[in-house]
Amino acid sequence: MNERVLRVQDLAVHFKLREGGLIRPKTHTLKAVDGVSFDLNAGETLGIVGESGCGKSTLARALLALIKPTRGRVLWLGEDLNKLDEEALRKKRQDLQIVFQDPLAALNPRMTVRDIIAEPLWTFFPKIARVQVDERVRGVMKMVGLLPNQVNRYPHEFSGGQCQRIGIARALVLNPKLVVCDEPVSALDVSIQAQIINLLKDLQKKLNLSLVFIAHDLSVVKHISDRVMVMYLGRAMEISCRDHLYRRPLHPYTSALIKAVPVPDPKLARLASDTGLTGDMPSPLSPPSGCVFHSRCPVSITRCELEVPALRRMENGDWAACHRAEELDLTIGKTG
Amino acid sequence: MSLLEVKGLNVGFDTPEGEVHAVNNLNFSLNAGDALAIVGESGSGKTQTVMAIMGLLAENGHVNGQAMFKGKDLLQMSTSELNKHRGSEIAMIFQDPMTSLNPYLSIEKQMIEVVIHHQGLNKAEARAHAVEMLRAVRIPDPERSIRQYPHEFSGGMRQRVIVAMGLLCEPDLLIADEPTTALDVTVQTHISHLMSALRQNSNAAIILITHDLGVVAGLCDRVLVMYAGEAVECGTVEQIYYDPKHPYTQGLLNSVPRLDRPEDTELHAIPGNPPNLLSLPEGCKFRDRCPKAYAACTETPPMQIDEGQHAHCCFRGASE
Amino acid sequence: MTKTTDTPAIDPFEAALGISDDKGRSPWEDAWHRLLKNRAAVYSAYIMAFMIMLVLLGPLLISWESDFTDWDHTSSPPSLQSGHWFGTDSVGRDILVRTLEGGRISLLVGLVATIVSLLIGVSYGATAGYFGGRADRIMMRVVDIIYALPFLFFIILLMVVFGRHILLIFVAIGAINWLDMARIVRGQTLSLKNTEFIEAARACGVGDWAIIRRHIVPNLLGVVMVYVTLTIPQVILIESFLSFLGLGVQEPMSSWGALVSDGAQDMESAPWTLIVPSVFLTATLYCFNFIGDGLRDALDPKDHF
Repeated sequence: MNERVLRVQDLAVHFKLREGGLIRPKTHTLKAVDGVSFDLNAGETLGIVGESGCGKSTLARALLALIKPTRGRVLWLGEDLNKLDEEALRKKRQDLQIVFQDPLAALNPRMTVRDIIAEPLWTFFPKIARVQVDERVRGVMKMVGLLPNQVNRYPHEFSGGQCQRIGIARALVLNPKLVVCDEPVSALDVSIQAQIINLLKDLQKKLNLSLVFIAHDLSVVKHISDRVMVMYLGRAMEISCRDHLYRRPLHPYTSALIKAVPVPDPKLARLASDTGLTGDMPSPLSPPSGCVFHSRCPVSITRCELEVPALRRMENGDWAACHRAEELDLTIGKTG
Repeated sequence: MSLLEVKGLNVGFDTPEGEVHAVNNLNFSLNAGDALAIVGESGSGKTQTVMAIMGLLAENGHVNGQAMFKGKDLLQMSTSELNKHRGSEIAMIFQDPMTSLNPYLSIEKQMIEVVIHHQGLNKAEARAHAVEMLRAVRIPDPERSIRQYPHEFSGGMRQRVIVAMGLLCEPDLLIADEPTTALDVTVQTHISHLMSALRQNSNAAIILITHDLGVVAGLCDRVLVMYAGEAVECGTVEQIYYDPKHPYTQGLLNSVPRLDRPEDTELHAIPGNPPNLLSLPEGCKFRDRCPKAYAACTETPPMQIDEGQHAHCCFRGASE
Repeated sequence: MTKTTDTPAIDPFEAALGISDDKGRSPWEDAWHRLLKNRAAVYSAYIMAFMIMLVLLGPLLISWESDFTDWDHTSSPPSLQSGHWFGTDSVGRDILVRTLEGGRISLLVGLVATIVSLLIGVSYGATAGYFGGRADRIMMRVVDIIYALPFLFFIILLMVVFGRHILLIFVAIGAINWLDMARIVRGQTLSLKNTEFIEAARACGVGDWAIIRRHIVPNLLGVVMVYVTLTIPQVILIESFLSFLGLGVQEPMSSWGALVSDGAQDMESAPWTLIVPSVFLTATLYCFNFIGDGLRDALDPKDHF
């Protein structure tokens, strides 16, 4: 169980943006992901949480070598994905799959469900027999909770939740080892979100998948993650074991995110305080000096403005990037 | 007299596949200062309900019933009559802030236009009022921000501008259609706080439309749960959250991921898919997704009202 | 694992196992059904089909030759007795036959020039859009430069250098029209390229050409079809315009534009020489526009509930 499959070391993705002026355009550097490191074991789920613009989607794509990193390495079973030649990388893609946020946009509207799910099969096994493809497609459809007799339908004939199941089926058809889910439930109704989360959880156990599950809110990843990473402006603020993170977060940003989740209980909700955050997220084009979070942090000190806090390992094995991680006690008030 | 009273509201659409009944015989009322949440999945008719009230239905839609606003029926009004109410007495906040702002006009132009039109202030007064409103929604440096264009704001800021515009004329009724769904959680809490503060300050009534029972709890005092165009349960937040009668409401509550419960609690999803209005089952429309369905459900269950105005429509309801 | 019962649709499986496969309804079929409901487009299609038949077969059935001069009936008004149902022109040629034969040329120009612009435009635009970056910038600047050339000047130049020839008209019109097509296709490709389904294909290791073939082209087809039906009448109009200026087809060949030009000169003494080809020309333009509009509405339904 504890075999390490994915290792990310100091990963950074910077984009060069050109602005205005044909003659002398200004170039800005957008540090979408800036020095993120973590490990992932076989059969483990890492939740990645952050607000829009924190670089979580870019990170997802960099993990799958869909974007070239500016710095750092992504090691899949010990091999650096970005050092492989094109053919070798293509072979590796069998193990690495992705599920997208917008379930309908992720499916080609002009292809039948069969063709959509079978595309990876045709790509990797061009000589495979039609019957075999059909059998496999129906098997995967059944596994994700779709009726196998709907193979000839088109995406627009399904609801959002069903489309997401089709997307999951396509990701699973090659028996991958790692599936990166980029906000797979944020476009769905709450009642359907729970279906998809439960489905992914079951599939993970059944197939011993490693999952990277990205969300913009801590409540969604709680039920599925073993560990959670909180990102802010391209950096990891905290990587903690789930049980620790929700009870006693180490980083003030994590604690704000926890407070921001609405409680579906009228009495508790009326007591709920504000998140304590001041202002909006700064532009990623000009992040604050020192700790990128200091401009909104309710407990920042002068040191935070000057010195970038490193992601440090705490006594209990969790990681936090905060100068005051040891001294702060951010224990969450009530637990159910 | 209640501020808004909706009686027997029906909304239908003509589509190539046949007529779709988006809302069926909906009744609810709202007093000044009330906050009502209309909760339901996509396809439940919650958005079409308020679109009909606001006279904003798509061209192939038709509506009948009554929507009495301050004693006058909104559904019988001509567009020009409606326009007198829309924006001044009734304001609406949409889910996507970009669609309700004109990208080619500065925030100032768009805000001032509304004030001058409805309140007859002069330009300088209108501007001062708009700046004040932006300050109230915590837009930093409002004097400078007001001259900017919509694309210069972030998503959360834009939604705040929309809220500010909605409240500009101190409406008696604010309708918010999924105002926070597209926003980050930290911004979401902020907008919720903002709306409840403004409700207390100006005694405006609020209709909040959402698919997420989580955001309702702190903000509203009554909840109307809709499924496939029909009201299935209606009551105070306490009744709905602590004593849900309809299996659909129970399902919605159980599917919200909660941080105030232990980590390994199982999430209970509602099985099946949101209702397809073109192929609904006979009788109770929730029947084919309902864990408690039994033979009687093939007939349409009547609306039952318990003490405390807690209404639900399910044969199983009280007998838990 | 008992908890899986929560995830839905387990039960319907067993029921569905014996049932034959559902038939899906592709977006094309949907669009086709919507198109059939558009009366203007359907009638226009019928009229166009009839017109094409007429233009192809008509001259074979009418006893007059298009270049035959009937000295007994010069500039004679439409009459059944003389056999010239739609009258004759100043040199006694039958207007109907000339109009039908002119229609062949006009429609042919429309078709060929559109195909030329389609082939160049789609491949150019798709390449620029898909590969993007520097290649895209250079390719689109080239388009801008050609766009800036004065069209009439360009045509006159071609005529002077190569002489008047019908092929030249095809080339000249096609060479201008592909620019619009390329721009439209490039824009569509750019937005398609960033969709998640293409990213998904890339994540599975699907190659560039397979992506273009399977994902880009089928999704471009709708827009291209609409644009093609709107380009045909545009091309016919350009040809008419050139012919009207005397830069188009040469006698004894003629086209609707050339006929309208001739007719306009005798408009006071023999109005039918102007009216007959004009009616054919406008009817065709209207029909294509209605079909194009119908296609656009069918392929891109905005108010679909």
